[in-house]
Formats: sequence, structure tokens, C-alpha cells
Amino acid sequence: MKRRQRFTDEVVTMAHGAGGMASAALFEAVFAPALSNPLLDTREDGAVVDLPPGQLVVTTDSFVVRPRRFPGGSLGNLAVHGSINDLAAMGAVPIALTAAFVLEEGLAISELRLIVNDLAEAATAAGVPVVAGDTKVVESGAADGLYITTTGIGVIPVHRPALGAGFVRVGDAVLVSGTIGDHGIAVLLARGDLALEADVVSDTAAVHGLAAALLDAVPTTRWLRDPTRGGLASALNELVELCGLAIEIDESSLPVLAAVAGASELLGLDPLYIANEGKLVAIVGAEHAQQALTAWRNHPLGARSAIIGRVTADPAGMVIGRTGFGGTRVIDLLVGDPLPRIC
Amino acid sequence: MSPFEGFRDPVGARHLVAHLNQLAEPETQTVRFMEVCGGHTHSIYRYGLEQILPPQIELVHGPGCPVCVIPMGRIDDAISIARQPNVTLTTFGDLLRVPGSTSSLLETKARGADVRMVYSPLDALKLACELPDRQVVFLAVGFETTAPSTAITVQKARKMGVANFSVFCNHVTIVPPVKAILDSPDQRLDGFLGPGHVSTVIGTRPYEFLPRRYKQPIVVSGFEPLDIIQGVAMLLAQRRDGRCEVENQYSRAVTLDGNERALAVLSEVFRLRPHFEWRGLGFIAQSALALADKYADFDAELRFEVPGVRVADPKACQCGEVLKGVLRPWECKVFGTACTPQTPIGTCMVSSEGACAAAYSYGGIRRIPVSAG
Repeated sequence: MKRRQRFTDEVVTMAHGAGGMASAALFEAVFAPALSNPLLDTREDGAVVDLPPGQLVVTTDSFVVRPRRFPGGSLGNLAVHGSINDLAAMGAVPIALTAAFVLEEGLAISELRLIVNDLAEAATAAGVPVVAGDTKVVESGAADGLYITTTGIGVIPVHRPALGAGFVRVGDAVLVSGTIGDHGIAVLLARGDLALEADVVSDTAAVHGLAAALLDAVPTTRWLRDPTRGGLASALNELVELCGLAIEIDESSLPVLAAVAGASELLGLDPLYIANEGKLVAIVGAEHAQQALTAWRNHPLGARSAIIGRVTADPAGMVIGRTGFGGTRVIDLLVGDPLPRIC
Repeated sequence: MSPFEGFRDPVGARHLVAHLNQLAEPETQTVRFMEVCGGHTHSIYRYGLEQILPPQIELVHGPGCPVCVIPMGRIDDAISIARQPNVTLTTFGDLLRVPGSTSSLLETKARGADVRMVYSPLDALKLACELPDRQVVFLAVGFETTAPSTAITVQKARKMGVANFSVFCNHVTIVPPVKAILDSPDQRLDGFLGPGHVSTVIGTRPYEFLPRRYKQPIVVSGFEPLDIIQGVAMLLAQRRDGRCEVENQYSRAVTLDGNERALAVLSEVFRLRPHFEWRGLGFIAQSALALADKYADFDAELRFEVPGVRVADPKACQCGEVLKGVLRPWECKVFGTACTPQTPIGTCMVSSEGACAAAYSYGGIRRIPVSAG
């Protein structure tokens, strides 16, 4: 057996992406110890995965968040949670992940190590192994430090009824699994250029347990989604567009942390449009709304879940907010980036 | 509990609306009040206030959205500055999407110009210190609300000797456009909700011409839903009592004489322009600010070559009529069809304080026909 040299490189160089000794050394020093599992450890060109019976679900997502570390998480655990949550929203049990890393020349190895460790920890905590991976290095200036792409595979169990916009009916209840807008505001504030401080922590978390709790309690759940970019408003707008019905939200029932509400107010943003990374929004039959709420409230991630509205027939294709004053407003799709108001 | 919550209390609102209904009872014809400020327009739509007001009351949206009143030519000028070598142009987020005659600042940025969004002019000055080899220009817009912060920034730049910082000034003042609207023959109004933030700076005294010269009552109001409802109630009470005067609903922030320090900074740093073009309203005399001679070395219009060409508004765009309150947003020919927040033709569709954008994104469903699907 060859004696392994101690890995002393401090920054990523083009050599780490050349496929030679430096690449192997980086893998051995940073990736292998964190991510080790029987399938990854085979070092084959691909992983051979045994699947339980059911339908296969595949999802993929790229992660480019800046800053890479923020209160409550980092690019590493975000990359794991993002793909697991997409599977969860499909009603699938997550089975395995792959991860591809694009590294910018000059990235500190110490930072890479932290992010990879976060990623590994999140995967272990969720019980979903990273079974295949890839690393590429691009020249300085060609990327912003580090990008991660994860692909998730999962299986919809054989007896689980299907989910989808087509099952949504007038009168159904709309539920959200907790406070909205935490992630987006946490990241915005972590950028540090707003001269604004608030105690907001990203909600980044894997929600497959939350999804399972709901689907076990209410197997007839109609539709499920993780409202990430574009927030709750965008997820619901996509739904009404697909099902041709309308949704009415009681704005006073929306769970929003005071710090998130305050920061949004100052920046001229609306929490309904701000990203979440550890939440689910569900549609269930009205008769099951309480059961669904109880299932979520009994889960550690669902303590602040709430019934926030209902499905109506009119005005078809629109999401309507009922304000505390009895007035209504249209909650439309977001235009461009949420730009702040000026005064 | 945040200090705002009391002003958003639905129970309080219901009491106030009951009171409002009583006050509105004697009104047999539609009463039209103009809210001058875009912040009011935003709140009115955001909280669906129009739907809970008595049916006789119509709120007419005025010219007080600073982004909306910027004429196309000035956007073209800003774009031309941004395209010059070695320039970093900074401005508030709303302005990036405002269409000029051929493109917007956002498109200019996408094509390689260094255009950056800031939250305050002081951030622009900070950037100038960080980028000593670049010319950092702050594109300033806004009424008397934001003008003091630009003025202080210019003073600070002078004090710190930041030579690579300049301001492309588009600050405007609130009183001249209100006069212009009242002088326009096609307008019938019964009173004004006066702007809250502007009045924290200028006070309520400058509005005294309204009752005196135009027989128009005005109530300066805050921005929370209850502020606005109370402002409307105070206007109705004036009508009931046969009064016509300047009243201050927003007394927790606004005084008779305004913020003297802010006013002093304004008169130190700025001078009135002889005239300035307003989107849709045309040229209005003494309605805008430029840097005073003393601060001319920070004036981007003098530092850079600026085309300064007047560009006519697109034919289809009726922003002018909307800004004057003659047309309601949804009565414009292109509202919601050719002109949407995604592809704005006019400025009113860009800023969230613009009457059209507010009506489009928050509009009462009652009023806006939207096709299914």
C-alpha cells in the first residue's frame, strides 16, 4: 500500500481539477473523509443503487448562494436540503443524492472543507447518502467561489395515492408548515450591505419527515410543494395556474416572525415572496385540515404550522389575499427580483 | 408588539369605518380625494382600503411617486453616463427597470455597464471610497423626503474630499405639481390627503395655498391603514362642518414648520431649477432641485457629457393622465395588456408606489377584469 502524503494545500488550484495526483489528494483529504459510505467508497464511475418498489423520482438543483455561510446554514447543507425537499414535495421517499462541485481557483481549502462537512452532516442527518460526485476547477474569475449541483433520487411508495394540481378541489384547505420568509431575509441580512441587523436564522432543513407525517395522517393530501425561490406566493400562483381554480389567503393567519416582518417592512419586501428552505405548503380536503395541522404541529419542524386559506372557484387562476380589514388584494407572480422601494 | 400594529388593528379600523360611513351619509355625489403620495397609493392597494370605504368616496392617485414622474429623457441621460468608461452608476432599486427611450438601466447593466443598486446615497459615497480609480455617480430621485439624505452625502463628500463621487440630481418638490394639477382644466377634486414623509421635512405650512387659493381642504396623513382611513374621515368632517383648511393627522411625525435642519441642508446644497420636465405633466417651473453653485464640482451633469434630449412619451402611454388623476389606472388603453410590470411602457407601472403597478399587483378584483387561466 502507498503511503499517503499529508495534504497541505491552502487554496484550490487548477491542478486540483486536472484529474491527476492533486485531484486525488483533494478528494482523499476533503471529500472522502466527510462523505464516506459504501456506495461512494467503491470509487466506480457510477453508483449502483437498490430501490424499493414504487415509482422513481429524479430531481436536480444548482446552488449558488452568496454569502456561502449565513445564520442557520451554508451552501453545503442548503444543497442537500434543496434536493431532498424537492423529492419530499413529490411525495417520494429520498434514497440517494449525487453532488457536483464547481470550484473557483483560489478558493480556500479551509472553507471548502467546512462547506463539504456541512453537506455531509446534512446528508447524514437526513439519512440520505451522497453516492456519486464530481469536482471541476475553473480559472479565477470564471465563477464566484463555489457552486454545488445536487441530484436526488427517491421513490414514491407503491400504495401512496398520487399528488398533483389536478386533485385540488374547491373548498380544500391551504396549510403552511411554519413561518415564511426566514431564509431569504437571513441571507439578505448576512450580505451585510444593508446596515441592518436582526436576529433571523435561515430555516434550511430537510422536510421529508414533515412530508411523511402529513401523508401518513392524510393520505388523500392533494398537493404539496416546498416554497423556495419566489416564496409562498409563487408556489400558490403556479398551483392556481395549473388547476384553474383560485386560492384565498387570510393574511392575518400567515405565520411570520416579527423580525422577518420588520426587516421586510424596512426593505419594502413582502414575506409572501421571500424564499424558504425548510417549509412545505399543502392542500388537503377541508374535512382533513385539522388532522393535517395536528400531524405537522406534532413534528419538530412544524410547530408554527397554520391553516392559511382555502381553494375557491373564482376568480379562476388567481391568488387573493384577504387583509385584516376585510379588503382583498391580488397576490400576483413576482416581477423580476424583489427590488426595494425607495421611500 | 411593533409600534405599527396599533395602526393596523382591524378592530380599530372597523370602528373608524363605521364613523366614516356616518360622515359620508350626507354625501349624495361622488367625493374625490387625491392622495398625493405614492406611499399612500401603495398602502391603499396593499390593504384593500378602497373596498372598505363608503361607495361615495373615490381616492384619486396623484403625482407623488418619485420614480413615476421621471421623464424618459432623464433615464436616457443616466444610461449615457453609465455607459461612459470607468463609471459606476448607483441608484435605488426601483429605477433600474424604468424604461428609457431604448432601454433601461437594468438592460444597460446586463450589457456590461457597471450599474449597482444601493439603499442610500451614503452607500454610493462609501463605494466611491472603495473604488478610488472609478467615477461613482449617484442617480438621485425623490421628493423632499429623500433630498436631505442626498444633500448630506454631498456635504460629506466635500468634507472627505472624495473627488470621484458625483450626483446626477433629479430631486423634485411636491408643491408645484399639485398646483399644476389644480390649474389643469380637466380635473375636479374635493380635497387632498397630504403626503406624510415629505411633510416631516417641509411641515404643513407650505400647503396653506390649497384652502386659500384653490378652496381645497387637505389632511396630511400617515401611511398605516388607520392613518389613511382617519385622514379621509377628517376630510369628510371638514366638509360636514363647512370648513376648508390644512389639518395634520400625522402629528406623531409632522409639525407645522417641518424639520428645520433638513430644510437648512436643502437650501445649502441645492438650488431650484428654473423648470424641469415631469413625466406626463410636462415642464413645471421651479419644481426641481439641482446642486447649488457651491457644490457644482459634485454635479454629474457638469462632469459628464449628458445628451439632455427631451424624449416624448410613447403614444400609447397615458401616464400623464394617470398622474394627474384624470384617468384611473385601469382606464388607460394599455393597462394590463401592452403595459404590465413585466414589460412596462410607462413609469407608473414600474415602482410599487406607481398607481398602475399598485393597481395591477394589488388591485381589487372587483375592478380589474382578468381572464381565466
